[in-house]
Amino acid sequence: MRRYFKSLRRFWGTAVASQLEYQLNVVIELVAVGLSLLGSLFMLSLFFGPGRALGGWSWHEALIVQGFYTVLDGMASTWLRPNLSSIVTHVREGTLDFVLLKPIDSQFWLSLRTISPAGLPEIALGLLLVIWGGHQAGASLSPGGIAVVLLMLLAGGLILYSLWFLIAATSIWFVKTWNATEVLRAVLASGRYPVAAYPAPLRLLFTLVIPVAFLTTVPAEVVLGRASTPMLWLGLGLAVGFFVAARQFWFYALRHYTSASS
Amino acid sequence: MRIFGLNRKIIRVLLGTEYAHMLEYRAEIALWALSGVLPFIMLSLWNGSDARDALGMDGVGLDRYFLSAFLVRQFSVVWMIYAFEEDALTGRLSPYLLQPLHPLWRYVASHLGEQLTRLPFAAVITAIFFLIQPNAFWLPSFGHFVLAWLATWMAFSIAFLLQSLIASLCFWSEKASALERLLFIPFLFLSGLLAPLTAFPPFVRTLAQWTPFPYLIDFPARVLAEQPVDLLAGFAIQSAWIVLLLPLVLLFWRAGVRRYSAMGA
Repeated sequence: MRRYFKSLRRFWGTAVASQLEYQLNVVIELVAVGLSLLGSLFMLSLFFGPGRALGGWSWHEALIVQGFYTVLDGMASTWLRPNLSSIVTHVREGTLDFVLLKPIDSQFWLSLRTISPAGLPEIALGLLLVIWGGHQAGASLSPGGIAVVLLMLLAGGLILYSLWFLIAATSIWFVKTWNATEVLRAVLASGRYPVAAYPAPLRLLFTLVIPVAFLTTVPAEVVLGRASTPMLWLGLGLAVGFFVAARQFWFYALRHYTSASS
Repeated sequence: MRIFGLNRKIIRVLLGTEYAHMLEYRAEIALWALSGVLPFIMLSLWNGSDARDALGMDGVGLDRYFLSAFLVRQFSVVWMIYAFEEDALTGRLSPYLLQPLHPLWRYVASHLGEQLTRLPFAAVITAIFFLIQPNAFWLPSFGHFVLAWLATWMAFSIAFLLQSLIASLCFWSEKASALERLLFIPFLFLSGLLAPLTAFPPFVRTLAQWTPFPYLIDFPARVLAEQPVDLLAGFAIQSAWIVLLLPLVLLFWRAGVRRYSAMGA
């Protein structure tokens, strides 16, 4: 276990050091994050107005959902996108062999090898939005409540990671899967809005098949103190289920892996 | 006669090979087509929202608008900067530059080939849409169809020129695709892909109309959906953007090529 922590520290230390070489990219990233949040808020504001609500959510309540979406999007660009997009490259160029030969768990290596600090401001902005929206919506959280929020956010992150990893793992067969993650991203964009705003069939899809609801809406409901306990358990169950499925699928995929040159 | 290195035979060969090339990647292109579902997600949101009446589109008008927006996007999506960046970084661009054909034509041809490959997938998604929403079904009149096709084609040209402009900055900086991200964000929010422009407050709408973005989705989609729209002004502004961008692209491209020192050479 200690070996894993030590490796992790080295991985991220080198990743941050190499990212700092490209300072202009950091500036561009910051501008992009700012603009993108501004645009999302503008789009959200179109649904509101005097006496209008979106699926029963007020403007400030919807801001919390938007905030959680921003946090998870930031997480995706700090952690998921840099790591999981390189799986495809490893498979195509045959360098996956080197990863598999290392005396360390291959999923651990592939999932945590690098980190891109450019996404961190987005996470911070998202959290600020959650806090501000929660404050304006009159939510008051006990320390226990905060713990539940963090737990649900963690579950959401785990679901997001598992979905992404499942798709990335299919590259063992199909090699080029980064456009499959594009489809995933398009669907995940629905998490910008509370799930109650969608028609019933989509709500079902976003709760059980592609559990977008647990990424943003459920944590926001916890903040507002109106989450139902069964939903929380379902979320945790799905998170564990998706993670186990992703892990099993990875082992299954590896059995079908034939190196690039053979 | 050749225009920028083009004649009829070259056009035929280029389009033929690029289409065959794209056909090989049809599974991938199907996924790309599927990743354009965002307008449908937005449609389902707008349909259930209190703000729907403010859009100025009654009944099935909104369904048709978003379906049209999806279709326009399918046939005006531009990805040349990614192909170009890869070609420039791997040095594949060098032989293209030696040929008498302007390299940009090559990218135009591969986009056209890709659009042709995309056509059946877009048709299937449209058919599924009509199965779910049968009362939204409509067939645009022949005139509207031709006009919408023309508007989409002009939208594609504007998007292509905009991206070529950024791509030619690749000659100066290796990571110009980061700039493309900055261009995509205003496109996403101001083009009408997520909400028709009539939903915007007047101030933002006026602002948006000074950018090329509404003419990339909103205008062609309105023409296709047979929504009331000022045809003359729309086409005039589309042409104006093309006339403005084309010389700029050629200028930047020429200056860039002069700077270009081939990778790996």
